[in-house]
Amino acid sequence: MNLLEVIPIAVLGGLLGLDVVSFPQAMISRPLVAATLAGVLVGHSASGLLVGAVLELIALETLPFGASRYPEWGSASVVGGAIFASHPSHPAGAMTCAMVAALATTWIGGWTMVKLRQANATWARDRRDALEAGSRGAVTSLQLMGMTADLVRGAVLTGVAYALLAPLASLSIARWNVDARLSRSMAVAIAASVAGGAAWKLFHATLGARWFFVGGLVVGLFWLFVR
Amino acid sequence: MSAATAPHEANTTSLPRKTRISVFVRLLAIQGAWNYETLLGNGVGFCLEPVLRLLPEGIHSTRFKSALARESHYFNAHPYLASVAVGALARAELDGEAPERIERFRTALCGPLGSVGDRLVWAGWLPFCSLASLAIFGLGATTWPVLAFFLLAYNAGHFGLRIWGLRTGWRHGLHVAPALANPVLRKGPQQIGRLAAVATGVAIPLAIGRVIGPGRSFLGAVLVAVALGSFVIVRLKGRIEGWRLSFFVLAALVLISVIV
Repeated sequence: MNLLEVIPIAVLGGLLGLDVVSFPQAMISRPLVAATLAGVLVGHSASGLLVGAVLELIALETLPFGASRYPEWGSASVVGGAIFASHPSHPAGAMTCAMVAALATTWIGGWTMVKLRQANATWARDRRDALEAGSRGAVTSLQLMGMTADLVRGAVLTGVAYALLAPLASLSIARWNVDARLSRSMAVAIAASVAGGAAWKLFHATLGARWFFVGGLVVGLFWLFVR
Repeated sequence: MSAATAPHEANTTSLPRKTRISVFVRLLAIQGAWNYETLLGNGVGFCLEPVLRLLPEGIHSTRFKSALARESHYFNAHPYLASVAVGALARAELDGEAPERIERFRTALCGPLGSVGDRLVWAGWLPFCSLASLAIFGLGATTWPVLAFFLLAYNAGHFGLRIWGLRTGWRHGLHVAPALANPVLRKGPQQIGRLAAVATGVAIPLAIGRVIGPGRSFLGAVLVAVALGSFVIVRLKGRIEGWRLSFFVLAALVLISVIV
């Protein structure tokens, strides 16, 4: 791996990391989109979509409520998507390794977001007098500084995570001993369990939601087994 | 409107197009300087700055500066529904409402705009769009239709809400509270919750089927495992989040698969 491979991934991670909170929150940072875009960059969009869908199942649990601390999926999904798409034949363990890489990055990404928010507070304190005096420059520069820092945060995180985790993933895939289909089944079962738990937490209080869920499940299972 | 500012009324009937566009684009960056002390505060000031430029006294006046300082104080709301506050505050500042009234209004608006937005968007529209897209993925759609559905559906709601909020806030000014009783905001979360429950039921088995691939050798076992796994995660009641748990389990799987 060389710098020319890492830089486009890092730039994409930076842009999608920015979308999580700072700008424009259009959800291009959701795993379904971010991992697919990383797949496009690596040359295998379908692989990106596949791992993006699995990560999206997990991400359903972590929605960006207010001031809560949550994992950062934008940059992490780029790392996971790029790692999986760089093994386009989908060898045994590729999906599991890509998911572990994405989850590790999302964990660290959440921590970097907290640090960024603390830095924003420090920069705001440094400008308190100017802000209290109604300075246009202070308001605008604080906003631009926060967004620039977020962009850099996402890009550095993605670049470092990809550079470190992609070779580790390749090494693990080369030594993988478990059947490919079994490995993938276990990975998706874990992701879907998180999605099932998350959906229950979100909708169980909604009147009639259980029956709507059962209705949907019947349709889904019927479709799955008849096609 | 206060009598003292009546001469400026003509300026406040509608915002110039350029100002509206500028405010809208800035609304997309309202959380750019989000922090644990002032939260969205600086973002609100940043969004309102183009409107405050319309004050007849100009940008070097005391009125402009005190308005910008006031609007950059602590503020909390859902980022999309903050557009309601920005529209209303723009109106109030141009109308020359008393500063104390504007500050009381800002404080009062924080709670409702936060809770309504969280329930409508984060707990409703986003999971629904995500699950519906996963269902489309599970049905075998190729890359671009899945992405196009998710991004178009989600952002129709996202941008629609921001535009509605800005217009509604501007139209009603400090009297915007009754507009928050809009049926979409009141009943929307319940209805979207039901749709999302249906989408969950359809999406999970179909997505599993697509990821595993053709053949049914593992499908039944995976579906049973998912039902049990979901039950365990619900019973854990947040003692450990599912994504952390899945990280540890998957990492263990990697170690076992590589070492054993």
